Amino acid sequence: MNKLIVAAAGALLWVGVAAQAQKSAADGIAEYRKMLEDGNPAELFEAKGEALWKQKRGPKNASLESCDLGKGPGVVKGAFVELPRYFADTDRVQDLESRLVSCMQMLQGFDGAAIANTPFGRGEQDNVTALATFVAAASRGLHFDLPQSHPAERQMYEIGKRVFYFRGGPYDFACASCHGEDGKRIRLQDLPNLSKNPGDGVGFASWPAYRVSNGQMWGMQLRLNDCYRQQRFPYPGFSSDATVALGVFMGVNAKGAESIAPAIKR
Amino acid sequence: MGDPMRIRAQAQGDKAVVRVLMSHEMETGQRKDSAGKTVPAWFIQEVTASHNGTPVFSALWGTAVSKNPFVLFTIRGAKAGDKIVVTWVDNRGDKRSDEATVV
Amino acid sequence: MMICRIIALVVVACSVAGCASAPSPGELDRRAIAVMQSSFRDQGIAKVDRLHQDLGQQACSGASPPPADTVKRIEAEALASIRWPAGGRYLGDWREGEKLAQNGRGMTWTDASASPKDNGASCYNCHQIDKKEISFGTIGPSLWNYGKQHGVKDPTDPASAAIVQYTWGKLWNSKAYAACSNMPRFGHMGLLDENQLRHLMALLLDPASPVNQ
Repeated sequence: MNKLIVAAAGALLWVGVAAQAQKSAADGIAEYRKMLEDGNPAELFEAKGEALWKQKRGPKNASLESCDLGKGPGVVKGAFVELPRYFADTDRVQDLESRLVSCMQMLQGFDGAAIANTPFGRGEQDNVTALATFVAAASRGLHFDLPQSHPAERQMYEIGKRVFYFRGGPYDFACASCHGEDGKRIRLQDLPNLSKNPGDGVGFASWPAYRVSNGQMWGMQLRLNDCYRQQRFPYPGFSSDATVALGVFMGVNAKGAESIAPAIKR
Repeated sequence: MGDPMRIRAQAQGDKAVVRVLMSHEMETGQRKDSAGKTVPAWFIQEVTASHNGTPVFSALWGTAVSKNPFVLFTIRGAKAGDKIVVTWVDNRGDKRSDEATVV
Repeated sequence: MMICRIIALVVVACSVAGCASAPSPGELDRRAIAVMQSSFRDQGIAKVDRLHQDLGQQACSGASPPPADTVKRIEAEALASIRWPAGGRYLGDWREGEKLAQNGRGMTWTDASASPKDNGASCYNCHQIDKKEISFGTIGPSLWNYGKQHGVKDPTDPASAAIVQYTWGKLWNSKAYAACSNMPRFGHMGLLDENQLRHLMALLLDPASPVNQ
């Protein structure tokens, strides 16, 4: 009987220690993340983006200061939390990065298709990331309110939903495999439920972000690109309809959530 | 001359808290690129800061400091309007100086 | 009259907003497939033929599960697809199994080959397995004490046959037991070979495995 009590107590103690080890690992990570928030290198990209917005560049030697991001030419504040949206001049629903490329083409004379084909982190793509960081920063603290007034916007939401649940590839993964339920994580990385509003500063509301682990600034296009890579899918085109549709789906679901972009991630 | 630093200096009572975000690759010299070649070491070796011309901070860095370094320090006796200048020098001899006013 | 005015207003509102021409759910399904086909390109070992969906992938592409008869069909076909191990040997080396469970590499466009020997099993991404490993996911259930909890003292004992076969089947083709399972079909999709699966079996079922301590 005594042996049983000792064994049981031992088992309980061991479980307690294991649980404590678990808790302090999670606590340690939370502490590390808090420390990271002070001095976000995203600010360096924000400053670079602001300079690029104002600088006369490209074959037309013009700045981007009259670029229409959805709230009128030159209006930057508040634009981020209403994207993606429909644009009459391109007759397309566009996300932030594709709209920036459109402006670089229309106003500055750059070759938009060439920029879209440039790998992330190189050449003009690097500038698109900095510009996206600058535009996102101008909406820090504002709440998502994507328009759904145009039929193209409503259709993109429906398409985005279907793309979100599309299962394929050798692993049978969909976005929903990781992001379709509450309270899940992959290894120790918490996963926001993107099939609904995941809350302030989470998911769609936290990209662009600076990733400390690889020292890179990532816009939503690169975030989606790497998601698809890990889903074992083929390569999604830059600002392809699938990626823009997902942006509409996530952005509309996040209605009312506060944007903390540009954020900092592990 | 490298990319600009972001400096924020805030007065808090009888001192000022200075935050500096530097833009630098900080290569350790241990990494290999995709072709297998070692990426040469390239890192900030010395950081100094002055308050109204007087040196107040100096640091000697090695390869343990990671990319885009962030520094926070406090200067006693600094007040709004004072000038802070931060300078870094790297192992290639490249240097960068930026200044900010305490708010 | 008032009613005519209201109807007129509604008609005007509808034509402005285009809701009279809103596409049907079926049409939206077709457009979404077209979007998927046109939005991707080949990269490395990840080719666009990966977007070709089989019955299960297609039926499980939605927020709600497929109808019951489709579920039955998917599970039956999956069960029939299972290839049982040569010589009836189900277990390998749990040490190798742990290495495979920890390894999340393989099958992406940055991986050089699609050969099973270059793939990991990614188990810890979704599951708790050995309690010593605190970095585990929660997308799948905990597998701690898996063999022990199923009363497996000797995996070769006929009394354990049912659980041993279920476990192999689940690893080979998870959809045999749950049509829309989140778990990849490691054997059926050629992600891991027989020997690798034996090592994972040992990790879960060998009484000497740390999982069953």
